[in-house]
Amino acid sequence: MSSAGSLAWFAQHECRLAWRDWLSMMTAGRRRRVRTVAVALVLFAAFMHLIALGMVGRYAQVGTPDKLILVVVTGSALLSWALMLSQAMESVTRAFYARADLDLILSSPVAARRVFSVRIAAMALSTIVMAMLLAAPFINALILRGGWRWLGAYGVVAAMGATATALAVGLTVALFHAIGPRRTRLIAQIVAAVIGAIFVIGLQAGAILSYGTLSRVAFLESDAVAALAPAVDSVAWWPARAILGDVGALLGVLASSLALLAGAILAFAPRFAHHAIAAASIAQSPARRRRDRARFRAAAPAATLRRKEWALLRRDPWLLSQTLMQVLYLLPPALLLWRNFSGGANSLVLLSPVLIMAAGQLAGGLAWLAISGEDAPDLIASAPVSARQVLRAKIEAVLGGIALAFAPFVLALAFAAPFGAFVSALGIVAATASATAIQLWFRSQAKRSHFRRRQTSSRVATFAEALSSIGWAATGAVAAAGSWLALVPGLFTLAILAGVRLISPTRN
Amino acid sequence: MGPPLALEIHDLVKSFDRPAVDGLDLVVRAGEFYTLLGPNGAGKTTTLRMVTGLLRPDSGSISVFGIDALADPTAAKRIMAWLSDEPMIYDKLTPFEYLEFVAGLWGVDATMAEARARELIDWLGLAPHAHDRCEGFSKGMRQKVALAGALVHDPRLIILDEPLTGLDAGAARQVKTVLRERVSAGSTVIMTTHILEVAERMADRIGVIAGGRLIAEGTLEDLRRQTGRSGTTLEDTFLALVAQQSAAA
Repeated sequence: MSSAGSLAWFAQHECRLAWRDWLSMMTAGRRRRVRTVAVALVLFAAFMHLIALGMVGRYAQVGTPDKLILVVVTGSALLSWALMLSQAMESVTRAFYARADLDLILSSPVAARRVFSVRIAAMALSTIVMAMLLAAPFINALILRGGWRWLGAYGVVAAMGATATALAVGLTVALFHAIGPRRTRLIAQIVAAVIGAIFVIGLQAGAILSYGTLSRVAFLESDAVAALAPAVDSVAWWPARAILGDVGALLGVLASSLALLAGAILAFAPRFAHHAIAAASIAQSPARRRRDRARFRAAAPAATLRRKEWALLRRDPWLLSQTLMQVLYLLPPALLLWRNFSGGANSLVLLSPVLIMAAGQLAGGLAWLAISGEDAPDLIASAPVSARQVLRAKIEAVLGGIALAFAPFVLALAFAAPFGAFVSALGIVAATASATAIQLWFRSQAKRSHFRRRQTSSRVATFAEALSSIGWAATGAVAAAGSWLALVPGLFTLAILAGVRLISPTRN
Repeated sequence: MGPPLALEIHDLVKSFDRPAVDGLDLVVRAGEFYTLLGPNGAGKTTTLRMVTGLLRPDSGSISVFGIDALADPTAAKRIMAWLSDEPMIYDKLTPFEYLEFVAGLWGVDATMAEARARELIDWLGLAPHAHDRCEGFSKGMRQKVALAGALVHDPRLIILDEPLTGLDAGAARQVKTVLRERVSAGSTVIMTTHILEVAERMADRIGVIAGGRLIAEGTLEDLRRQTGRSGTTLEDTFLALVAQQSAAA
């Protein structure tokens, strides 16, 4: 047992909290589910390995890396790294604003620098473990088909996680200095969401501009990218070389990333306490707002409820970043729309599933916030408004939000491909209605601030929401191509919804 | 004919894993300040949540100013307000917006509601923060915003569950003053509290609940008589009543 207050003691404490946090997320707080979750995870891992074998197995025998291979491997690694950076930034933001134990830690006689050194290291570890879990099936598939040289990929994942955490800490601290603690919370969340999406979107945008397709690899394999890329012997290719089995490059990548993380810990851990206190102080002092409206507006109870839902959605920084992420993913299809506007409308059929999928996902989030994420449930329940009226107003608020977000895309599409626009509109309505219905069937009482953990309340609802969005997107894709076969995925999706309704908790 | 009844509860029963409210009978007269006392888990909050329509009883009847609250909960809710110990407000709304929202829910005319809201905001000392978002407000500030929300629709029956918990002396006094003034203006207040001094000083009548039943009721003098100890404090009287009930059970 390590002595109290030492680095090892804090590390042990952080690991225990992280483990219990993860376990609680996986089992939705029910300990009896541990065995079920373990079996499900093993089955899922086996399934992912099968998929990975099919996807990357054929690349396992790649020989001496040329520039094209290096570009594709580096591009794919950068894509994962952007997501790691996004996750790390969110962890750092939460460490500043949402950790309930900061008061205890900062008021204890232990050097805050030591605590935050461990905390930054714990963030790096959590980012690395998460990335390794996701990458493991693909790396294992490569090892299985191509030999032990692919083992170096695990080292690169660790290096990427360490670098992402170091950069995330640096970026967040820089934001604190530049815009202060109050704005950092919102901006950091938005930046994290944008970083998570930007690389995918950038590659897709590049692909569209180059070839008129949505394939990322097409862009990476283009002559333009090859011409801009550094020479084959450049240090920039070390991570790719390390993945491909170059031990020297692997050691270099690991050493430099760990040095970067250590530097970030040494430089920023002492300031973390200062910033955490600054972040805590803004929660204690009310934010001054300008006097934007001085009169009450007359409205019926239903309109009052809708207005409240929209005001809360508009003012929720986390939701804002999530919404922005969904909208960002719509940019590549928008670009495709723009490119094809004057040309043939055939490729526009690609847009319908993208729009439908995005609408379903966004509606699921909005519906959870409106239906389950009620911060004043007693107030609403004690108001002279029937439960049916309340639900109806909340559903209308969700539908209104979706209509506002997607109407411009559907209208633009209507000019170029009226039938595609019609199909998209129907699909958006179906996906939105399905996601909202699922949230309604599985509604539970929660604080809006628990949005991030909404998936843990019901795994069935989470999977059903994803499946229904995918199902309606598939239906939209086939329907936009003018085929009656669209009925097949459509009926399949309806069957899923019916099944989900059957097993949903009974509501009185 | 006596004064009208603000609340009439008959044979109310509610069980969770075990009986929480067990055949409760309770009558509160209009214009009365009524305080409910009881040990933890006695059934006070469960009773009040059933009155306000937040819980459905297993059996029994609840009448609010002659309205059957179980048959027509919407009509009963229109003349009631509920305030719990955990303030029910939205962090992202300002107090002004919150009061506008509550007034809208209760269908109060906007002009009238606004005038009332301004009065309450001034009365409760919220004016400097009327247009600040509630996030970051202290417990006392949040409770005052929630209280303003409970009063903005001018309810005839105000039900409060531990409204003074966590408030500093200044805020507690403001809340008590506002409640007393509402009673003077003709409203009825039913309040649970663990602060016996508040019950002693403010209540017209006190009800003591234990084991889901009303075990004693009346003025402080009435309660003292029931225990057979004159001149004792409410604390002594309350503890004696609860001990008697425990012994009987």
